[in-house]
Amino acid sequence: MSDGFPLLQVRALTVGFGGRTVVSGVSFDVAAGERVALVGASGSGKTLTTLALLGLLPPDAVVTGSVRVERTEVVGAPERELRPLRGPVTALVPQDPGTSLNPQVRVGRQVAAPLRRTGTGRRAAAVRAGELLAEMRLPAGTDRRFPVQLSGGQRQRAALAMALAGSPRLLVADEPTSALDATAQHGVLAALGRATRERGAGLLLVTHDLAAAATTCDRVLVLDEGRLLADGPLHQVLAGHDHPAVRALVEATAALSPPALVGAR
Amino acid sequence: MSAGSRTSDVPLLAARGLTRRYRGSDAPALDGVALVVGAGRRVAVVGESGAGKSTLTRLLLGLERPDAGEVTYRGRPVHPGRPRSLHWFRRAVQVVPQDTGRSLNPRMRVGDAVAEPLRCLRVAGDHRARVAELLLAVGLDPDAATRLPHEFSGGQRQRIALARALAPRPEVLIADEPVSALDAAVRLQVVDLLREIGDAEGVALLVVSHDLGVVSALCSDVVVLAGGRVVEAGPVDRVLTDPASREARALVTAVPRLVLT
Repeated sequence: MSDGFPLLQVRALTVGFGGRTVVSGVSFDVAAGERVALVGASGSGKTLTTLALLGLLPPDAVVTGSVRVERTEVVGAPERELRPLRGPVTALVPQDPGTSLNPQVRVGRQVAAPLRRTGTGRRAAAVRAGELLAEMRLPAGTDRRFPVQLSGGQRQRAALAMALAGSPRLLVADEPTSALDATAQHGVLAALGRATRERGAGLLLVTHDLAAAATTCDRVLVLDEGRLLADGPLHQVLAGHDHPAVRALVEATAALSPPALVGAR
Repeated sequence: MSAGSRTSDVPLLAARGLTRRYRGSDAPALDGVALVVGAGRRVAVVGESGAGKSTLTRLLLGLERPDAGEVTYRGRPVHPGRPRSLHWFRRAVQVVPQDTGRSLNPRMRVGDAVAEPLRCLRVAGDHRARVAELLLAVGLDPDAATRLPHEFSGGQRQRIALARALAPRPEVLIADEPVSALDAAVRLQVVDLLREIGDAEGVALLVVSHDLGVVSALCSDVVVLAGGRVVEAGPVDRVLTDPASREARALVTAVPRLVLT
C-alpha cells in the first residue's frame, strides 16, 4: 500500500495444539511486490504459519500474536471478514493440484470461478480464464478439459491461473512443485516468478527446496522448530549464516545438486 | 557374502527389447528398452513424467508381462505368474517403495513388517535376530521392532522400508523415487545410507527418479528414458555434465540450481 504499511505484517505469531507449541513468536513483513521464500525442514512450522496468514487454521489451533493483511487483522477474525480478502488480496497455490482442483468441473470454469464470485459476467470471465491459461503457457483448448486430462505440471499451472484470476496482491504458494518432476517444476517456478513480477504482486513461496527458492525469490525466511532463524537477502543468508540448521539445509542442497553442465558456469 | 561373484562384470538384472502397450493409448508406454544392472553397480533410470519409468519398474519387478522382450536375472527368464513361482526372484531382487507413509502397514509392528519378507519367501534362520541386525544396519535402535510405523518420522520410516527390503539378502534393490517424500537434509541422510549399505552389503541398486541431484550423488550409471525409449545411457559423470541427446539436455537444464558465491 502507498501509505507505507506492508502488504503483510506478522508479529509474534504463535500457533499451538493442545499445549504443544508448533510456531513460536514469528515476526516478519512482506512488502508489496516482494518475493519471499519461507524455507525449513518438515515439521519446522512452514505450513501452519502459512495457514495462519490465510486464516485457514483448524478450529482447535490456539493462535496468538497478530497477522495483518493490508491492515486487516486475520488472527481471531470471523470468516465473514476473511472472505473479502481471499481472491483480490490473498490467493493460495496449493501443494497438490491433483486434489485441490475439482475433478468434475472443466478447467476453464474453475479458473473463472473467482471472477464470477466478484461479479464478472459469464462470458467475460470465460475469456479472462482463457487468457490466464494462455499466459501460463497451457495449450489452446485447456479451458475445455478436465483436470485429469492434464499432466501434473499443467494442473499446477492451471491452479496458478485460478489463483491469479482475482488479481491478488499476495500469492501464497505452499510447496507448489514438490509433487512434480524436474521439467514440470521448472515450468511452474518460471510461471510463478513471471506472473508475480509482471503484476507487481507479492509472493510467499513455501518450500524445503533452496534451489527452487533461489530461482524465484530475493529474500528468504528460515524456520526451524517453529522459530524464525533468519530473514534477509537469500544469497546473503544462505552463504553467511552459521546456525547449524541453516548450514545443514545449505549443505544438503549442495550435496544433492547435479554437477554443472560442461560449458556452463 | 551370499551367492556368487560380486564383481561388476556379472550381469544380474537385465532387460532387452522390453515393449509394453496399454489399451486406449496410441504410443507404447515402453518401446524396445534394454538395460543391465551388474553386480554391485548403482544404475539410475531418469526421465520426465510419462517417459515410461513406472512401466519399466513394474516389468523389471515381474509384476507385469511385457508385450515383447524379456527380463532375466542371472540369465534366467523372469515370468510374471503365481507368487510361489517367483520366490527365487523375490529373494534376489527387492523393492524400496516411494512413500512409506502408505507402503508400511500402519497396524503391523515394525519388527513384523521387517520380518514379513523372510516369512513370505520362506527364508531359513532366526528371523528375530535378523530383524535386530537389520534395524542396526539402517541406523535404528533394535527396540524399534516393538513400535508402530506412525511413531517414526518420514526419514526413519524410509530406513524401516530399507531394512525390510534388505531382509532376504537381495543382490539388487529397486528404489522408486526413494527420497522424494523427504525434505533436503533427511533426503541426504537416506541417500548416504543407501550408498553405504550398497557398498557394505555389495547390493546393486536400480534407482528410478526424476531427481538428478539424487542420481548424481548415488549412482554410477544412468539410463535416460523419453517417450518409452532409451535415448541415452552411460556414466552419470558424463551424461549429466555433457548430455548427447536433446532429451537428456532438457532434463539437465531444467534443474533449479543453488549457486552461492
